[in-house]
Amino acid sequence: MFSDFDFDVVINAIPFLWEGMQLTFLLTFLAITGGLFLGVLLALSRLSHIKVLSFAAGSYVNFFRSMPLILVIFWFYFLVPFIVGRPVGGFYSVLVAFTLFEAAYYCEIMRAGIQSVRISQVQAGQAIGLSYSQNMRYIVLPQAFRNMTPILLTQAVILFQDTSLVYVVGLHDFLVNAEIVATRENRLIELFSTVAVVYFVLCLSFSLSIRKLQKRFSI
Amino acid sequence: MNYNWDWGVLVTAPYFGWIISGLGWTLAVAACAWLIAFTLGSIIGIMRTTDNPVARSIGAGYVEVFRNIPLLVQMFLWYFIFPELLPEAWGTWVKRGIPLPEFWTAVVCLGTYTASRVAEQVRAGINAISLGQKQAAMAIGLAPMQVYRYILLPVSYRTIIPPMTSEFLGIFKNSSLALTIGVLELTAQTRQIEEYTFQGFEAFTAATILYITVTFIVMTAMAVVEKKMAIPGMISLGAK
Amino acid sequence: MKFKNLGIVAISLAAFYAAGSMAGEVDSSFVLKRIQERGVVNMGHREASVPFSYIGDDGKPKGYSVDLCHKIVEQIKVSTENPDLKINYVPVTSQTRIALMANGTIDLECGSTTHNLTRQKQVDYLATTFITGTKLASKKGSGITELEDMDGKVIALSLGTTNEKAIKRVAEEKGLNIKYVMVKDHPQGWLNLENGRADAYASDDVLLYGLISKSKNPDDFQVTGRFLSYDPYGIMVPHDDSTYRRLGDVVLADMMRSGEMQKIYDTWFNPGPTDIGMPISSTLKTAFEVQALPH
Repeated sequence: MFSDFDFDVVINAIPFLWEGMQLTFLLTFLAITGGLFLGVLLALSRLSHIKVLSFAAGSYVNFFRSMPLILVIFWFYFLVPFIVGRPVGGFYSVLVAFTLFEAAYYCEIMRAGIQSVRISQVQAGQAIGLSYSQNMRYIVLPQAFRNMTPILLTQAVILFQDTSLVYVVGLHDFLVNAEIVATRENRLIELFSTVAVVYFVLCLSFSLSIRKLQKRFSI
Repeated sequence: MNYNWDWGVLVTAPYFGWIISGLGWTLAVAACAWLIAFTLGSIIGIMRTTDNPVARSIGAGYVEVFRNIPLLVQMFLWYFIFPELLPEAWGTWVKRGIPLPEFWTAVVCLGTYTASRVAEQVRAGINAISLGQKQAAMAIGLAPMQVYRYILLPVSYRTIIPPMTSEFLGIFKNSSLALTIGVLELTAQTRQIEEYTFQGFEAFTAATILYITVTFIVMTAMAVVEKKMAIPGMISLGAK
Repeated sequence: MKFKNLGIVAISLAAFYAAGSMAGEVDSSFVLKRIQERGVVNMGHREASVPFSYIGDDGKPKGYSVDLCHKIVEQIKVSTENPDLKINYVPVTSQTRIALMANGTIDLECGSTTHNLTRQKQVDYLATTFITGTKLASKKGSGITELEDMDGKVIALSLGTTNEKAIKRVAEEKGLNIKYVMVKDHPQGWLNLENGRADAYASDDVLLYGLISKSKNPDDFQVTGRFLSYDPYGIMVPHDDSTYRRLGDVVLADMMRSGEMQKIYDTWFNPGPTDIGMPISSTLKTAFEVQALPH
């Protein structure tokens, strides 16, 4: 099975695969940025004492957490054109879907992070006269972020891999392009092995380098 | 919308039966895979927090391999490549000998994949416990096993209930990828209905509602558990 | 050469006929109206349906169905009085093609879609452009020729295809004890056959020949048996727009009459860029003759 591994197919496909990889990178970067920002807001709302706010954030998170990502992408792609009244194109509908979806997960991760900070820290902050936002800003969030960094990173790696679900709307990311070549040339083993190796090397070097950074900042 | 809605298709034979059987397979894959993920993930996660360098690196290696390759690709590797690496007789047995080869392949794949994520949660949970607790435990003369058994694990499992719930829901939703190796779970069945009837929106709506319902039940149950298990003295909904 | 000229004459003739009723044509067709307003025609295509509709090495869609659609777009240009009409290629899969047609994203689908009566409730089809049916692919020397030989054996089937339906129906009628392995797409079905997970793979015969031509050891495999289903392929267009559908049918009928259709067929199938080597079947030839309606 491996003796007649067809390297030529993989080599010929490199430019096409690279095109896909660029989309993967772009989408991951934008979705992480947007998702992280929205996720912090959601986590703070969810833990806030204002009932309406915490309920709204809670419902949002629960709604998105209960849907498989693939269905979220699907619905956004098909329903957004109705709401807007014209085709919006795959990229934007997918970007919105990823951002909103990831925000729900970042929110949960950060909620757990904030909750892992001991309450005596908050009380100490209150005692020296810090306001709620100052307390969050200077005491709670820095500690929470450090506790939660490994999981936030895992989630980022997951998102990087999940971008392959854009095949639902016909966008061409790395995995989709590899599948197109694999299917067209009938060379599944070759392409899938390549994909596995590429993802592994990329994700591993990403997590290793971030972990080095993290060590410097850990409590 | 230029679409011919026909909700009746969902309750027509055989499509209604397909949806129900699809939901059944989804739950079966998720439940079996969770057993593997939770057990293996806990072991790996604990290994990563011990002082033994060999255990630590085995744990780290496991997590890196399984979380750095997309699940879709892992599914493919388990199904198509793993049997070819075995001695021929075993490979044939995996491919055709065992009952439901697709099902068990999907379970093993999802379980080992999610185990890497569970391991990270367990590790983060244990590491979040302040060093003082561990030192106190050792000071009163507990053996390392006892420190884990009585101090670290009870505390950390209680703090990581929210992310663990996420992981379980993740496995439930990721089970939809089992369709790529031919397990006829919920998503696969809705696609079948789509192809047979061209009534895709109805089928996808049904699937969406079922996923949300199951998730809602799990989340409600876990919210109760979370509240009951909340540790006084930590910021949490339960303590407020 | 002669044929080509005839084709051009036929098309310009058709354009002439169409020109007479142009204003009315666009007004009575919501699809033509939206194409005219946007200045773009959205063409749905498949990505790996070789040689009907697939992405070539240059990243552009091509194939038999795509060529036919380009001919139809030429006519749309005439009808919407927009010679600069742009084509926007929208990749579709078997899961998205209906939804995208229903929500107005694509104006025609050029792939390898079976035309059947159930599906007509949701979309319309142009004239039949290809005819195929379910057959079995197996290893040479496996002793499998018909589905009846599969009793007690394992067959791979592609999820949700008309082939799956056909095989299960015949197996039930004949009381055959066959084990099914479901696969997601054709290459995975093929891989299951190659590595011994399945004893046969059932699909449209044209696709099986395509898979064999692309496999590493084409001489080891065979396509056998009678047709277990009847699968006519057609270009999909939005539902309930008879003016637009007629426009497409006129283009196809003109090409069938002029012989241009068979020329395009030969470009892709005989032997075609992938060496599939399928000369036109007598059934398809007859179908072209029957559908070449006069003006």
